[in-house]
Amino acid sequence: MSRDKEEGYEKELLRKCRKDEFKTSSGISIKRIYRPEDLKEFGYEKDLNEPGQYPFTRGLYPNMYRELLLHRRLGMGYGLPEQANARFKYLYEQGGQAGYSGAATTTLYDGPTNFGLDSDDPLADGEIGKMGVAIDTIDDMEVLMGGFPLDKTFNNMVLYDSGVAAVLLAMYIALAEKQNTPIHDLTGSCLNEPLQTFVCQKCSIFPVMPSLRLCLDIAEFTIKNIPKWNPISIYGNAIRESGGNAVQEIAFALAHAMAYTEMALARDLEVDEFGPRLTFYHNVNNELFEEAAKYRAYRRMYAKIMKEKYNAKKRHSQMLRVFAKTSGVALTAQQPYNNIIRSTIHTLAALLGGCQGVFVASFDEALSIPTDMAATIAARTSQILIEETGVADTVDPLGGSYYVENLTDEIERRAWDYLDKVEKMGEGMKFGPKMLSGVIAGIENGFFENEIALTNYRKWKDIESGKRVIVGVNKYQAEEEIPIELMKVDMEVQRVKIERLRNFKQDRNLKGAEEALKAVEKVAASNENIMPVLVEAVKSKATLGEIINVMKKVFGEYKGVSCFV
Amino acid sequence: MFRVDKKGETLMVQKRRIKILIANPGLDVHDAGARYVAKVLSDAGMEVIYLGIRQTAEGIVNAAIQEAVDIIGLSILSGRHSTIVPRISGLLREKNVHDIQIVVGGIIPKDDIDTLKKHGVKEIFLPGTSSEFVVDRIKSLMIN
Repeated sequence: MSRDKEEGYEKELLRKCRKDEFKTSSGISIKRIYRPEDLKEFGYEKDLNEPGQYPFTRGLYPNMYRELLLHRRLGMGYGLPEQANARFKYLYEQGGQAGYSGAATTTLYDGPTNFGLDSDDPLADGEIGKMGVAIDTIDDMEVLMGGFPLDKTFNNMVLYDSGVAAVLLAMYIALAEKQNTPIHDLTGSCLNEPLQTFVCQKCSIFPVMPSLRLCLDIAEFTIKNIPKWNPISIYGNAIRESGGNAVQEIAFALAHAMAYTEMALARDLEVDEFGPRLTFYHNVNNELFEEAAKYRAYRRMYAKIMKEKYNAKKRHSQMLRVFAKTSGVALTAQQPYNNIIRSTIHTLAALLGGCQGVFVASFDEALSIPTDMAATIAARTSQILIEETGVADTVDPLGGSYYVENLTDEIERRAWDYLDKVEKMGEGMKFGPKMLSGVIAGIENGFFENEIALTNYRKWKDIESGKRVIVGVNKYQAEEEIPIELMKVDMEVQRVKIERLRNFKQDRNLKGAEEALKAVEKVAASNENIMPVLVEAVKSKATLGEIINVMKKVFGEYKGVSCFV
Repeated sequence: MFRVDKKGETLMVQKRRIKILIANPGLDVHDAGARYVAKVLSDAGMEVIYLGIRQTAEGIVNAAIQEAVDIIGLSILSGRHSTIVPRISGLLREKNVHDIQIVVGGIIPKDDIDTLKKHGVKEIFLPGTSSEFVVDRIKSLMIN
């Protein structure tokens, strides 16, 4: 068929379609059909290669899920440490944490903890234990981890701000020492992603430079002392959940990964020391093929960046180890049972994308933190997909699809455009390395925040106009909602927590705690790594809030700008 | 534009842009909804003061008075509505401010709606509310 003729034919077919244009969430136009000519430059070895081989498009390991089951973790945390601990145990028994040699916990912390506030802080009033577990002291950490041998538990601590991550990691280390567990044997991660926190999570406590210093203190300390710890998890999930699209999610996350790498190199860490410890925590959303293609493009780009830009020699430095959270924002408060179906598709996308692990959202996520029943269904979702359906029985089942390969290329192309733009923003700035400068410029001039807010605004406009369908929200609405049981955290939690903190402070040697806090202040003002002095401080029973407050004296506080689009 | 005062008398109000303050009280960082609503209201011609996240009751009330807004819009998804809303309406009363109305948007359990209304909340926008409806309701609050 000639080109003109074909264009006419396509237009004619499009006129009969149910929509006048087909686009992915990132605005990539979707054609009616994809053919070999859509992959003109395609080369198997160059673009895909075998799983386990550079550039890892098809996956990080030769056997993928045939050998290693997808790691499954359910994030949890609410109320008092013993309540969260009981839920950890319940989820563990339900097989909600799988794929690890031992147990695994993924702890979510409440608002006050994430802002470095003790439970008795006036600002914490009304939020203790509401959206996560409340941790103030090393004693809280001990109760939280009760019954989980630390050297046999993968502990994923979801902490955004580096100051809070440093203090809670110090509590974890101090607890291990108290239990005579060599800290060398600890495994886990502490998120610790300050760049993202400025843009999306917005619980940054200190200004940009001290936050980055604390972030790298954690990385340097763990690389030397806790070699299996993942000190930084690039948190693309927040970029997506705060409104960004699939391309922005990986492009901005890659910019962050590059910025941290540049900081590590500036500290004289070797790229092959630092690279293998970076992990990634991302999102899976509604559009199945775009999501799968996103992870394939992401692995390929990261491998290229680490190998070509930073001269990483080790394979492990080039491998994007990525954990996916199924979207909470894509879930709806209306007809919440429909969310079970959505989360199933999201989990499937994580499998087709070749992720190392998945955290399946509970169907009640749009309404509250999960009930036992909702958390159990989340555990069952991945079990059914992996063990019943056969989707995980071959490696990269979408590889070679004209459409998916074309989409993978297009996502990659658009993400490179963003990276160029960010790098250019850093030109002439004082921070030295280019991507680090570009990212800091992008935070300070609001570039990232605006790009994400604009995408989010357009998305919701499309939902309101009906251009984008959300079942139960703008189409197929229910006359009456089926009531569901919701999780509520009792205000009693707050009373108990404050009383416990008061007793903790009364029982301690006040002088010892005060001296430890002075030592923290001194090290904060120097260039020394802050981790050892933090471990001593939590052992001397200084609280999270007290430690963060002395650091505030040295570092100052971050005053974010609030803007909308 | 007309406005009815507490005693039921109809007053002439100078026709001007509605001024609304939007804030996310407390430590919840889920701000995408508030930012979207802020943009929608500003597109609808209102003057929007967006305070953003991490706001205290005192901070919100002080800013509202200083900026002489007509309406305070609170975005709450954390479950903190049961403590923060009474505190804000209490502070307004304490300061003898009676012409600033409160609206709330977010995740509010049905059982709590009446309590919030008792504390003076004029409108509660739950998930699924269209932006058109939000704009209309806010405009009509200014008339009634």
